Amino acid sequence: MTTELNKQSLQNAYLSMRRIREFEERVHVEFATGEIPGFVHLYAGEEASATGVIMHLRSEDYLASTHRGHGHCIAKGLDVRTMMAEIYGKKPGICGGKGGSMHVADLHLGMMGANGIVGGGGPLICGAALAAKIKRTDNVAVCFFGDGASNQGTILESLNLASVWRLPAIFVAENNGYAESTAARWAVATGNIADRAAAFDMPGAIVDGHDFFAVYESAGEAIGRARSGGGPSLIEVKVNRYFGHFEGDQQTYRGVDEVKKIRETKDCLMLFRQRVTKQGLLTGKELDQFDEQVRGEIEDAVAFAKAAPKPQASDLLTDVYVAYA
Amino acid sequence: MQRKITFKQAINEAMAQEMARDESVIAMGEDNVGGRGGEGEMDAWGGVLGVTKGLYGKFGDRIIDTPISESAFIGAAVGAAACGLRPVAELMFVDFLGVCFDQIFNQAAKFRYMFGGKAVTPVVIRTMFGAGFRAAAQHSQCLYSIFTHIPGLKCVVPSTPYDAKGLLIASIRDNDPVIFFEHKLLYGLEGEVPEESFTIPFGEANIVREGNDVTVVAIGRMVHMALQAAEDLAKEGIECEIIDPRTTSPLDEETILESVANTGRLVVVDESHPRCNMATDIAALAAQKAFGDLKAPVSMVCAPHTPVPFSDALEDLYIPSPAKVKAAVNGVVEYAK
Repeated sequence: MTTELNKQSLQNAYLSMRRIREFEERVHVEFATGEIPGFVHLYAGEEASATGVIMHLRSEDYLASTHRGHGHCIAKGLDVRTMMAEIYGKKPGICGGKGGSMHVADLHLGMMGANGIVGGGGPLICGAALAAKIKRTDNVAVCFFGDGASNQGTILESLNLASVWRLPAIFVAENNGYAESTAARWAVATGNIADRAAAFDMPGAIVDGHDFFAVYESAGEAIGRARSGGGPSLIEVKVNRYFGHFEGDQQTYRGVDEVKKIRETKDCLMLFRQRVTKQGLLTGKELDQFDEQVRGEIEDAVAFAKAAPKPQASDLLTDVYVAYA
Repeated sequence: MQRKITFKQAINEAMAQEMARDESVIAMGEDNVGGRGGEGEMDAWGGVLGVTKGLYGKFGDRIIDTPISESAFIGAAVGAAACGLRPVAELMFVDFLGVCFDQIFNQAAKFRYMFGGKAVTPVVIRTMFGAGFRAAAQHSQCLYSIFTHIPGLKCVVPSTPYDAKGLLIASIRDNDPVIFFEHKLLYGLEGEVPEESFTIPFGEANIVREGNDVTVVAIGRMVHMALQAAEDLAKEGIECEIIDPRTTSPLDEETILESVANTGRLVVVDESHPRCNMATDIAALAAQKAFGDLKAPVSMVCAPHTPVPFSDALEDLYIPSPAKVKAAVNGVVEYAK
């Protein structure tokens, strides 16, 4: 492996993954208290995917996410305090409390939004990549989507369009094994989502989503290719989610101890820690300090979100064209 | 007298002038150029009915052909708009909204509000609509009411070449998603249009004809049906005031209400189906805000609640005609002389 990651990058990678994990595990706990409204889909278990891909991106690069979008947002550098406030539906939330968990976005950071529509991001990313191309920048656009979305027409159409227009677009299929409660091994006709890349005349790769280094390397190749005018790629990240489709899902469709075994043997944070300490790149003590730092950040974010005011009645009619009184 | 051009030329000219003025304006759609990848000529079509013909010669790769893949390219136009371009995407026939509506109403229409005001989506979706082309049930519908229902979208329905040019330029400069409806039977209509660039603001109805007896609100091609009816009616001593809202969202309520306050009678002519359409919307407006002014119940002249038929014998019956408008006007006049 030719991964070139300096100490600073390794620290950033670990911090990003730990921040996502802590954020999601805390939302899981807080959701159970009933204080967080609506639908919440947690990303815990998939941290290496978001982090390994997005570490290659600049703030001018665009990214479209999914309903399970918190991890992508955090990896892209969105502020966890205003993200948390958004999830609580509060006024200082990143979308003013008008978006919620499924619509966290920050266009200034190239984050085109989590998306409540499965497969909704594919076409948008074609547009972002087209804009990059027309403006003659070397920016790229990344579409994360799940195994469920891999069967949506929008994704298949977007793969074709990106190939026909030779766009600087990267399609990252996060195959976590389940579209809601339905297994990918049943619902996806091809054995691997990446096999579909051949149908659209683009490179396809399969990576172990528990291994940050594998994701980082594969994404680096695809993103480098896109930046240098080599067109789109499809990467399938095989991964697992630790929580249900949404919070409240009892996950009776999963095997007994399925998640427990994954956590014990494949957890991305555990594998990362093992590797970097074994190779003497980072020490256990350093990593423990990061854990402590992140716990503080998320504690602060939750306190901020809980204390924040809700939107006011006057906010209802702003940010939209209102023609009728 | 000013120069006369067709409705189709007016749209082409508006696009050309905006593309020349602003590099961020691009155009995309199926066969917008035409001929790509073949052995013959480029700019073979310039759009299925030739509306964008010639733009490729002027603007090259800023006019982009797409596969027949509406979800992908309408969504790409939306995404490009969120990333700094001003795309004018062509949804060939509005009937095809069924294969890309998500990108319009769940994505484009929602961004600004859902993201707390932090996103702009300056995309224009041009689309053909309307019956009378013998194009049958899936290429003839009049669906602006569906889009008008969605907050976040602006809906423009021009009836003349002049309005088409001024409203399209305004649409391209607008920072919200705009659905721009082009009645395919108006493409050949000639009218006076200034050569220079100009805009017509949204939400300002045009009083096409003044009159004191009956207010007739008509949209798109129906404006011309209403005008024909009004000429006949004038011979009988009934003077219609014809109002063309020009944009269904935003809707110029004030001009309609002022006219109804004067005439006390309202007929709405709308080529769409008669449930939850612009006619019911405008009738409800009058019921809510002009009840005291009305001397007769509001009358609606709409297409029937059926798919658009193919046979000319049926399609001609389907489309609201000047005779039906005339009958409706006579009805509200007779109700209370």
